Amino acid sequence: MTYQISVGGQRFRFVDLKALMAKASPPRSGDYLAGVAAGTAAENIAAKMCLADVPLKNFLTEALIPYEDDEVTRLIVDTHDRQAFAPVSHMTVGQFRDWLLSPAATSASLAALAAGLTPEMVSATSKLMRNQDLILAARKVEVVSRFRNTIGLTGTMAVRLQPNHPYDDRLGIAASIVDGLLYGCGDAVIGINPASDSIPALTGLVEMLAEIIARYEIPTQSCVLTHVTTSIAMAERGVPVDLVFQSIAGTEKTNASFGISLATLREGYEAGQSLRRGTIGNNVMYFETGQGSSLSADAHHGVDQQTCEARAYAVARAFHPLLVNTVVGFIGPEYLYDGKQIIRAGLEDHFCGKMLGVPMGCDICYTNHAEADQDDMDTLLTLLGTAGISFIMGIPGADDVMLNYQSTSFHDQLYIREVLGLKRAPEFQQWLDRMRVTDMHGRLVPQNPCQSLLRIAI
Amino acid sequence: MSANNKAAVLTLDPWEKLRRHTDARIALGRCGNSLPTARVLEFAFAHASARDAVNIPFDAKALHASLSELGVKSLAISSRAETRQIYLARPDLGRQLAETDAGRLRAEVATPCDVAIVVADGLSSTAIAANAIPFISGLLPHFEKEGLSTGVIVTVRNGRVAIGDEIGALMQARLTLMLIGERPGLSSVDSLGAYITYAPRIGLSDAARNCISNIREAGLKPPLAVAKIMWLIREALKRKLTGVDLKEEQQVALPES
Repeated sequence: MTYQISVGGQRFRFVDLKALMAKASPPRSGDYLAGVAAGTAAENIAAKMCLADVPLKNFLTEALIPYEDDEVTRLIVDTHDRQAFAPVSHMTVGQFRDWLLSPAATSASLAALAAGLTPEMVSATSKLMRNQDLILAARKVEVVSRFRNTIGLTGTMAVRLQPNHPYDDRLGIAASIVDGLLYGCGDAVIGINPASDSIPALTGLVEMLAEIIARYEIPTQSCVLTHVTTSIAMAERGVPVDLVFQSIAGTEKTNASFGISLATLREGYEAGQSLRRGTIGNNVMYFETGQGSSLSADAHHGVDQQTCEARAYAVARAFHPLLVNTVVGFIGPEYLYDGKQIIRAGLEDHFCGKMLGVPMGCDICYTNHAEADQDDMDTLLTLLGTAGISFIMGIPGADDVMLNYQSTSFHDQLYIREVLGLKRAPEFQQWLDRMRVTDMHGRLVPQNPCQSLLRIAI
Repeated sequence: MSANNKAAVLTLDPWEKLRRHTDARIALGRCGNSLPTARVLEFAFAHASARDAVNIPFDAKALHASLSELGVKSLAISSRAETRQIYLARPDLGRQLAETDAGRLRAEVATPCDVAIVVADGLSSTAIAANAIPFISGLLPHFEKEGLSTGVIVTVRNGRVAIGDEIGALMQARLTLMLIGERPGLSSVDSLGAYITYAPRIGLSDAARNCISNIREAGLKPPLAVAKIMWLIREALKRKLTGVDLKEEQQVALPES
């Protein structure tokens, strides 16, 4: 079906919904690289105007990637909850944006609506929203997940402690863990990106983290971020795997390039469940995503990169994750060119994830060949903190010496807590208080060399 | 300012000794919740050096002068990415030769060669400036000893790894050796990567290559990198392949660092 609109004496035609969505996207290098972006600034806004008048219902009948060709489309269509959708089913995309920003959209009504929304609907809506709209609407949504602590409560923000080391040196990793814990980080997860991919080496890391968490009775969870099939193999051998990790994307073909399918994820989910290592909940999956992955895998089907990304959250929500992390600036300037594009993408991803009901966090980051710096990260951190982000990364000094990129630091999370009053996961905060890392208000207290956590790195 | 005042503002982390275990930026201390001034500026300088590695233009003239001192003929060409900005946003253009340059290269090629050596700026001109000549000057005696012929050494402005496929094909080389500046990290702005591709031709994917990474004084030192790449080149020419199949053996058989 073609879409058209006349604006300012000019007529704009869009060959189908997919093209209309792509041309309505705020500008970013990946959509230019894919050849799907609007040709002119006027066409971009005309596409938004045209998209505003499209009924939400159209997304249920006009698939951007055909049902027959893609298991992610089938998942989206087959699990769509028409009853949950009913309250907004009469709206156009533009009317839905207005409704989201009105007092009629509340935490309760949005929670009830999530299963009735498709990624394409929320992606389309986000394209009509300014940054402040993305913040205001996302802020209304509370998505709570649990394993050994409670993540996502309104007014809280958790941190993944990321203690990477270029060759997985155990003392090197332990030193960064000590630093992070003593800065009050680690409630989302203590998660290592390993340099190695051999099962014995990975098993050693999983056991090391399990031992630290058990010895100090830390109410948190561990993860060694390796391929889901490797985590399954470790779980089968009885290795103490807490969270099962996988990078995921929004098309079947992209997921295939990662060596996975929905069936593989199902196996990973079941392997994680079978170990019963959670104490207060059983959200066992940790997913990472990022705009541009489908284009990078030549698997985008002509769909704009932000919509592909939103579809990844539909994959994620099918497996009740503890954490979903958009690694927003990692992929490089050919997908998100500069700080402005990275900031916009981070806000879009957080909004779309939260609308679909996933516990959305963000690796607020950039590489050295992107036109960005720490000032841009400060801006995005401040905006996402305001928007109610579930968790962020904590990396010593913001410099990941293994992956060679810059993210947010242990200091950065203290900054945003101080400015916005954000608390940690409550169980973790109590533990920090007990270990005399923080005072009763959650503020760091000066340490002395007798602090028992320092023994982790001996 | 008295020592007492200073202590009240800065909170030190009494675990500085753990720094010996990692290059990660730990035990930085804090003023309130924030990074101390010196730490902020150290980070900013590291980032500035990495940005310079990406943005400072590749000095082809200096490189060609050094190659000439080694007694090697060289040719400077460009990819289709005309500016650094285009190069960063359009990886596809960095993989293709500028049209006139393809003609110039064709005119240079007299006879087929064993190994086409290509040097591209990639994402770090600093890496080329620091490590290309130490690597090549260590490599060429091995080539001579083992009777491997090279054609003219081609240097590429705004080049990606895959541009070596087209160059190798034009030079009728059995194998392309591509030396390229790697994406700079804050603590490694001068890393050189070395990629080999057997039977180079347009359209190959990265699965068809083998790579040695992090070649620099503070990482994999050039002489050891040369030993590793020579092992790979010998195996590739003997087995008539590069890529995944060669990689399996590489992990067990390569000389250790």
